[in-house]
This record gives sequence, structure tokens and C-alpha cells, in this order.
Amino acid sequence: MNKRKRIISLLCSIIIWGSGQFFVCKQRIKGLLLFVFQLIFIGTELFTGYWLEALSGQIQHFSFRLHGGFFTKGIWGLVTLGEREGGINGDHSTMLMITGIIAILVLIVVGGINIFNLYDAYKTGRLLDETGHCPTTKEYFKSTYSRFFAYIILVPIVIYITFIVIMPIIFAILTAFTNYNANHLPPGNLVKWVGFDNFKKLFQIPIWSSTFFLVLRWTVVWAVLATFSTFFFGMLQAILLNSKYTKCKTFYRGMMILPWAIPQLISLLVFRNLLNGQFGPVSKLLMDLGLTDHRIAFLSDPFIAKVTILVVNLWLGFPMFMIMIQGILSNIDKSLYEAAEIDGGGGFKIFRYITLPLVLRATAPLIVMNLAGNFNGFGIIYFLTNGGPVNTNYQFAGDTDILISWIYKLTLDQKLYDMAAVMNIMIFIMIAGVSIWNFRRTQAFKEV
Amino acid sequence: MWKRRLKVILVNAELMLVTILVLIPVIWIVMSSFNKGQNLSTASFIPKELTLENYTKLFQETDFGNWFVNSLFIALLNATISVVLILVTAWILSRFKFKGKKTGLLTLLVLSMFPSFLSMTAVYTLYVVFNLVNQPLALVILYAAGAIPYNVWLVKGYIDGIPSSLDEAAYIDGSSRINTFLKIIVPMSKPIIVYCAVSQFMMPWMDYIIPNLLLTGNKNKTVAVGLYSMISNDQNANFTLFAAGAVLVAVPITIMYLLFQKFLVQGIVAGASKE
Repeated sequence: MNKRKRIISLLCSIIIWGSGQFFVCKQRIKGLLLFVFQLIFIGTELFTGYWLEALSGQIQHFSFRLHGGFFTKGIWGLVTLGEREGGINGDHSTMLMITGIIAILVLIVVGGINIFNLYDAYKTGRLLDETGHCPTTKEYFKSTYSRFFAYIILVPIVIYITFIVIMPIIFAILTAFTNYNANHLPPGNLVKWVGFDNFKKLFQIPIWSSTFFLVLRWTVVWAVLATFSTFFFGMLQAILLNSKYTKCKTFYRGMMILPWAIPQLISLLVFRNLLNGQFGPVSKLLMDLGLTDHRIAFLSDPFIAKVTILVVNLWLGFPMFMIMIQGILSNIDKSLYEAAEIDGGGGFKIFRYITLPLVLRATAPLIVMNLAGNFNGFGIIYFLTNGGPVNTNYQFAGDTDILISWIYKLTLDQKLYDMAAVMNIMIFIMIAGVSIWNFRRTQAFKEV
Repeated sequence: MWKRRLKVILVNAELMLVTILVLIPVIWIVMSSFNKGQNLSTASFIPKELTLENYTKLFQETDFGNWFVNSLFIALLNATISVVLILVTAWILSRFKFKGKKTGLLTLLVLSMFPSFLSMTAVYTLYVVFNLVNQPLALVILYAAGAIPYNVWLVKGYIDGIPSSLDEAAYIDGSSRINTFLKIIVPMSKPIIVYCAVSQFMMPWMDYIIPNLLLTGNKNKTVAVGLYSMISNDQNANFTLFAAGAVLVAVPITIMYLLFQKFLVQGIVAGASKE
């Protein structure tokens, strides 16, 4: 069998995109479109740099730093992070890094188009070899319209997400491998790649590693206690609300869901004042009642502050579980309870063997989501105690800081972007590990 | 009989106690907002004198009006743009087969797990480059993008549940894709649309980190940043002003939450189980 056409088509398209489709397969518009992509790509590189001058010999000492185009200079910047330090004429390392990432992202797209170009040239050439004719551009587009339809709609959204969500994440991850911190701040200073030094620092320098593990320990303790305290208290309230002994159910329910409906930030700021160590009314009330003879440091004693945070979280969080569990309880088949009563099950036994398992199974995903949410529960820590009281044995952290609020301090107060990035990666690994494990068990995953 | 009565008393007493504990902070902040005097220590539970002074001062002496308008516009724009983007993306991912779909969905899943302010530094630099710092509405660019990963999964799951025989029938009748989307998918997904719209409307009101980073200057603040700035100093000298502002923000949002309760609960359940 003759394989000539597919090879000619492929060879043409390697040099000039779309030429295989254009000349060999007579798909004029598709060929032109691909060629336009190539023109834009090469044009961008040529005209954003000084390639024309360089090629015509006007530039004596060519360097990517001064004369490279968007792509070559971008890659140069990402690799070196700048060569000249300081001032207006110096290199701005983080800017170079960002343009470098963007250049590479665009290159990936261009590479994708090129792979399509070559694959398509070969495929249409083969079709020509085998059947003697191939579809015109019009027929081609028509046959793949529904596939293209999805792409046409999605491409702008993908570009948008790539720039606003993915690019910053790549930047943050790369930052962990640089020395971008208060001592190396562009544009005054250059930032350098340091490999895994920051990770070594985290595990080998005692104050970093001890802070990390102590903060991590409190983060886990906090997430578990916060989730299960709200869950069980919410369940208790739901069961009481559903009980046959309760009067004015609607009234109680209406009042008790208020903490869920009131914006959380407002509630937190109110509690911060209510529990204020110097002027707060709760301390004052306790003193007036004679329960204590001095003001209680609700938010500034290491241990009391932790308890306070958990109690406030209980106030904020129980209504959500209460609403959910109330819904589940009202869906439980009544005959189950009747059967249990006939069998002589007491109130507690019925709860232990019927209600609890059913509720747990129905709320398991919610509990997992809540755990992940509390693990990263920045708001409650930051607005109540701001991580305080400051612990001098910790590296820039306070006793109630969880990982995420510690990262916030490292970034905004200390400008230790490199270490903050390392911590971010650690958090991501933990959260993603648990979430993906959890997700793989669900129905949604199998259907993808 | 007495056993039953004891149970009634105990159960109702517990509920009553919890209700009181829930209400104390709420009543306290409302009372404080009508309190004469300015700082925390003089704000008592039962004010000696009720006054509207704090509310008038809030608009005359602070930029609260600006903050409120900023937040409102951000919230409205964010709700609109996010819902359109989420719905269209979810529809494509639910109804069309194409190469790279599985990769795309898994990428979205991973993206939804990154803590949002992971990207603070890069985003700040981008905003500086494009001269978007200090423009309240520019925050929507971030919010809407950030909302896509999680919510697309949610809405895709919902649309998967709408029988595709409905759209097929429409296609047979000669309806175009866009038309089928608008006439069948959109009306059928109303509950989840309401959830996305309401949650995306609420979010900017209470987000602190991003506006704090990207908006400087008093007039450009959002209510969250503005309210926090009133009490973040140690003296708490503006406490009653803060209380008035807090009440003004909390009341409409709380009412919205209660009105849309049903949709919000459905949305949370769907989000947790992703089915």
C-alpha cells in the first residue's frame, strides 16, 4: 500500500503548520488557520524581542536578558530569576518569574496546537492514501462540531482559570524553592533558586520544626474537636427538637439557627469584644456574680484561649449539623422504632443501634468536609485571638495559631514568602491526600 | 405520669437554656448599637438611654456608606458572573463528550482543595501590573475564578441528574444547543442556581483577606475590612459605632439566609456528598 501522501503531508506540516492539510489534502481553511497560529507564535517572539536587529548583525553582544522575545526572555527569566541587582535598571525577580510561568503556559498551548497539527496532517494524509479522498474543511468541521462546540465554550474559561487560579498556584509552589523573603525583596534585591533548602530548614532547624509540629498538633486537635463537638451537640439539639415532649418546636428551631444565618465574621467580632480581657462584659458579669475575683483572660491565656475558641466554634457550628440531622431524623422509617420498642429496646439502646448509625452514615461526607474546613479555618482563629497569645518558643506563631493563620502571619507580617510557600505545600499534601482518598470512594468519581 | 412530666420539663429547660445562650450575643450587640457612649467598657447590657446617634454617626463620620455600596456592587456582580460561568462550564462537562474531560474534572477537583490565599503574592503582583489595585469591582475577577472549581462539580452533579432524554427530545424538535440550555437545563437547575447565586452573593460581604490585601484607602474598603478596622485597635473606642455597622450588615444577610434556607441546605448536602 502506498504511504506517500501521509509522509509528505506530515513533513510539510512540520516545517509550515497546516501546509500538509493545505497542499496535500486540499483542506484550505484548516490549513490556513493552523498557519496563522504559527505566524502569531513566531511573530510574537520576533517582535517582542530584538531578533531582527540581531539577525541583521546590528547587535554585537546578544543576550536574552536585553534582546530576547516574550518566550526566550520569559524562559531566561524563570531559569535565572534575573542577573543584575537593584534599582530601576536591575531585574525584578518575581516579575520575571511570573512572566516566565506565563510564557511556559502559552508554550504548552502552542505545543498542543502543534501536536494536533502534526497528528492531523498524518491522519488526513493516511485517509487520502487509503480511500483516495478526504473531507473538505467544511465537512471536517461539521463532523466534529459537537466536539468543537465544547472546546469553543470552554477555551475562554480555561484561559481565565489558568491565569487567575493556576498561574498563582504554580508561582506559590515555585516560591518554596527560592529565597524570596524579607532579606531578598525585589526590585531592590535579586531572588535566587535554592532548591530544597527551605524544606531542609523546616525539618532541620529546631525552632522551625518544633513550631511546625506543635502548630500542626494543635491544628489537628482543633479540627477534630471542633468538628465532633458541633456534630454531637447539633445531634443532641436535633433529637430534642424532634422529641414528643417538646413544646413550641418552631420557635426554638427559629432561634437556634440564628448563629448559622448571621454572617460569621460579624459573630466572631462580637465575641471578640464580648470576651475582651480588659473591658469585656462576660468577665465583668462573672465578677459581679462573685464567681471570680479577677478578670478572666478568655483570649490571652494559652489554655483558656483554646477552650474559648472551641466554645465559640460550638456556638457558631452546631446549628448547621442540627438542621441537617433534623432532616435525616424525620426521614427515618418510624416502623424501625416501633419494631425496636416491641423487641424491648430502651431509649438509649434505640439511639445507639438505630439513630446513631443512620445519622453517621448520612452525615459522613459532611463531617469529612467539615474537618477539612476546620483544618483551614482561618477566620475563627484570626478574628478571635489573632493566633495569640504570642509564644516566644515559637517561630512567629502564637499558642492558638493553626497552620493557615501561621502562614498568613509569615506572609503578611514577616514577609517570609519562601517558608510560607513550603508550609502551603505541606497543607496541600495533607488536605488533598485526605480529600482524594475520600472522593475516590464516592459514586461521582466512578462516573467521571 | 410524673416521669413524663419530668422529661417535658428537662427537655424544654435544655432547649430554653441553649436558646438563651444563642441569643445573648445577638441581643447584646443590638443593644450596644443603641447605646449612648462610645467604648466597650461603657456599653452595658441594658442601656440607660437608647439613642440612634450611632447610626447617624456611622454615615456622617465614617465611610460606612461607601463600604456598603462597594460590598453590594461586588456581591451583585460576583453572583451574576459566577453563576453564568459555573452553569455553562457545568453544562458542557455534564452533557458533552470530548477529549480531556476527565483530566479537566480532576484538575478542578484538585484546584478546589488549595487554600485560597495560597496565591496571594502572585495575585497581588498581577493586580499591580494591570493597575487593578484599589478598584473594588476588580475583586470579582478573583472571586468568580475561585468559585469555579468547587461549584462546577456541584452543579455538574445536579445537571447529571436531569434526564438527558429531555434535551434529546428538544434536539429532535430542532432546538439549538444554546436554546436547549436556556429552555431546559436552566429552568430545571433552578434550586442549585439559587444556591450558587446566594452563596456567591454572601461571600464578598464577609471576605476579609483579599480586600484587605488589594484595597487601600478608606473609601475603597468593603464592609468586612471597614468594620474590622473599627475595633482592631486596643482601645475599642469605636465599639458602639461598630455595633451599629454590624447590625446594619447582619440584618439583611441574616434575613436572606433564613429566606433561602431550603436551597442553602440542599446545596451544602450536595456539596458534601458530590452525588
